[in-house]
Amino acid sequence: MPVRLYLNTVGKTFTMHLQGGTSIPVVSNVDFAVEAGECVVLGGPSGAGKSSILKMIFGNYRCDEGQILITCNDEIVNIADAAPRQILSLRQDTIGYVSQFLRVIPRVSATEVVAEPLIAQGTSEEAALAKARDLLNRLNVPERLWNLPPATFSGGEQQRVNIARGFIAHYPILLLDEPTASLDAVNRSVVVELVDEKKAAGVAMLGILHDQDVRDRIADRIIDVTKFKIAA
Amino acid sequence: MTLPVSKSIAPDEGSYNFAYLDEQTKRMIRRAILKGIAIPGYQVPFASREMPMPYGWGTGGVQVTAAILGADDTLKVIDQGSDDTTNAVAIRGFFEKTAGVATTTSTEDASIIQTRHRIPEMALNSNQILVFQVPIPEPLRFLEPRETETRKMHALEEYGLMHVKLYEDIAKNGHIATTYAYPVEVNGRYVMDPSPTPKFDNPKIDNMEALQLYGAGREKRIYAIPPYTKVKSLDFDDYPFEVQSFDKPCGLCNAEGVYLDEVILDDKGGRMFVCSDSDHCEERRANGHLGPMAADPAATLLSGGTQEKGQ
Amino acid sequence: MSDQNNQEPLLQVHGVTRYYGDRIGCHDVDFQLWPGEVLAIVGESGSGKTTLLNCLSTRLAPTAGAIEYRMRDGSMRNLYELSEAERRLLMRTDWGFVHQNAADGLRMTVSAGANVGERLMAVGQRHYGKIRETATDWLDRVEITVDRIDDDPRAFSGGMRQRLQIARNLVTHPRLVFMDEPTGGLDVSVQARLLDMLRRLVSELGLSVIIVTHDLAVARLLSHRIMVMRHGEVIETGLTDQVLDDPREPYTQLLVSSILQV
Repeated sequence: MPVRLYLNTVGKTFTMHLQGGTSIPVVSNVDFAVEAGECVVLGGPSGAGKSSILKMIFGNYRCDEGQILITCNDEIVNIADAAPRQILSLRQDTIGYVSQFLRVIPRVSATEVVAEPLIAQGTSEEAALAKARDLLNRLNVPERLWNLPPATFSGGEQQRVNIARGFIAHYPILLLDEPTASLDAVNRSVVVELVDEKKAAGVAMLGILHDQDVRDRIADRIIDVTKFKIAA
Repeated sequence: MTLPVSKSIAPDEGSYNFAYLDEQTKRMIRRAILKGIAIPGYQVPFASREMPMPYGWGTGGVQVTAAILGADDTLKVIDQGSDDTTNAVAIRGFFEKTAGVATTTSTEDASIIQTRHRIPEMALNSNQILVFQVPIPEPLRFLEPRETETRKMHALEEYGLMHVKLYEDIAKNGHIATTYAYPVEVNGRYVMDPSPTPKFDNPKIDNMEALQLYGAGREKRIYAIPPYTKVKSLDFDDYPFEVQSFDKPCGLCNAEGVYLDEVILDDKGGRMFVCSDSDHCEERRANGHLGPMAADPAATLLSGGTQEKGQ
Repeated sequence: MSDQNNQEPLLQVHGVTRYYGDRIGCHDVDFQLWPGEVLAIVGESGSGKTTLLNCLSTRLAPTAGAIEYRMRDGSMRNLYELSEAERRLLMRTDWGFVHQNAADGLRMTVSAGANVGERLMAVGQRHYGKIRETATDWLDRVEITVDRIDDDPRAFSGGMRQRLQIARNLVTHPRLVFMDEPTGGLDVSVQARLLDMLRRLVSELGLSVIIVTHDLAVARLLSHRIMVMRHGEVIETGLTDQVLDDPREPYTQLLVSSILQV
């Protein structure tokens, strides 16, 4: 299978100017690839830099050293030096991010929140809303909530809305940031199914999963991040 | 115009320069008038002088009249269409005294007509000049208080604001409720305030044979419409410009299609509508036209009064 | 933001500098703005962000530098070489300017409907019924009930005035809108509603926006990209969440750490 994502000797250091310019090295020499249709999970204890790697790939954090190469159509794009608008465009059609925290958009119904990324990719509103309802149903979000804005939902309900939002559109690369944290067993299984469907569709996935059970069920490979950790 | 001659000034009163203003001032005003004629509808600033009457009593019109008046001119002055109201009588007297020119109440006989708020009903000819007294020359003023901005708007032909005013009229009254000082576009270019004449008179401004001069003394502006100039009243496609119509003829002379004033006759609700143009009304009555109220005692008193003064 | 890679920049800013006597207003600012992009200029009071906004929107001539704008016909024109007539036409058709104080951007003595309709009348619309129909539609889009169409903005609350100002600006479908602290001085709940509405309109209409704000939460919610200014200089620029999540400059780190939560 073709490589979708390749991190080439990537390094990241935070400089904390408010603490007298202290340098906090996070990772260095990160070097791995993710192929289409596989799910790679980053392993290692908290603070090992798993989240920072995910955020660098998504463009939330700057990448100080190395390259983060992404295959986008026939082109290879280096996220580390891409222009902001290029990253925004990649986020729309190429890289998806499923996190446990929902950034609440006020006054927009759950169904519309979920459907939005699909509509942005050009799917008709009707089809996107239908798919959104289907996903909310699969994730056991009660139907009476679908037309309400998720701001007032419980934590678990918000999380499931966000998972639906993350999985609805087609991105060749999908980043999973603890998608199953604090989900019950039934919904964890739904997430596992969704991941399997994405694999079948040829999506390259990179995730952080502390949940041993889910990790065992979806991970094709586990990369231990501690080997990229530099001694502080 | 011929050389100034002062005829009627008594020796003991000293003598005024012809038509009150000094010759340099008249030259300055004439230059402004010529510029105004050259750019129809454009407000030309001029160094307005203090006149022996308060602002709002026609100081602009008086200066324009003084600047164009010649010894052989015949002057008529009307205020709200009438020759015998205070303002008209005072200004007529002013020029009788300072220029010694002939005055008249007959529209036909006049070569210069100074007016406040009306245009005579009778069509004017190309040997006549109509001088308007203007209180606020800037049509954009009510919505845009900055002079620097309104000047730019005129220069760049940005007249959307004028329609904002008309929009407001329709939104608040269901029709364009502006009935006087109704804005017009002159010669396809400048938007102009035709002074507080009723919009009934706007059609007369269009393509008029006589020269129209507008003077605003307090605001120090002169503008003009040369004879035979296209003047269009602003409107909306779906709310076209229209003049008010009266459902009755003049109570005294039975004239239709003229501008009427309401006159209260007594304290029992008696009223009648009569021509605002007093000269026009008298002439019709002299020619035998009689209105439904002509025989009414109260009306007789009124018409009798007018006739006396007019004669 | 689709097709953005195929498009050319809408605005190109080169070395824009403005001095007030010896004092620097803003210095040597360079950036490009693409169609559909929302750029936030952040910084504290006196950092030069409003000076820059005024230079960009031709309200204040820069001392040095050039600002080029892609006109509707596709040509790239230097804004300060446009004739005054062209510039004013641009400002009332292809641009919008949302002031912090709505009274600066509205005609307070004419009705809401006329406020929205003014730009239409300025470009030659002369059909009352159609103007009113468009105004009604826009009032609805900014969530002002239609029965307020004939009321003066003086009778409106602060939030409503701001929404009316936005409708008045957007009615001619501008491509570039400048905003100066559009939520400043409003209650938090009113702010949230306004921000949400702005977000929606900006994405629906594909507007390019340059928004000046000292509120990083506003920048986070609305903008794609951020420029951080300090002492008249742009000290850091980048993708909004990158600058806010991973600020590099000491001053930006201070700004980000000084807010309660973004």
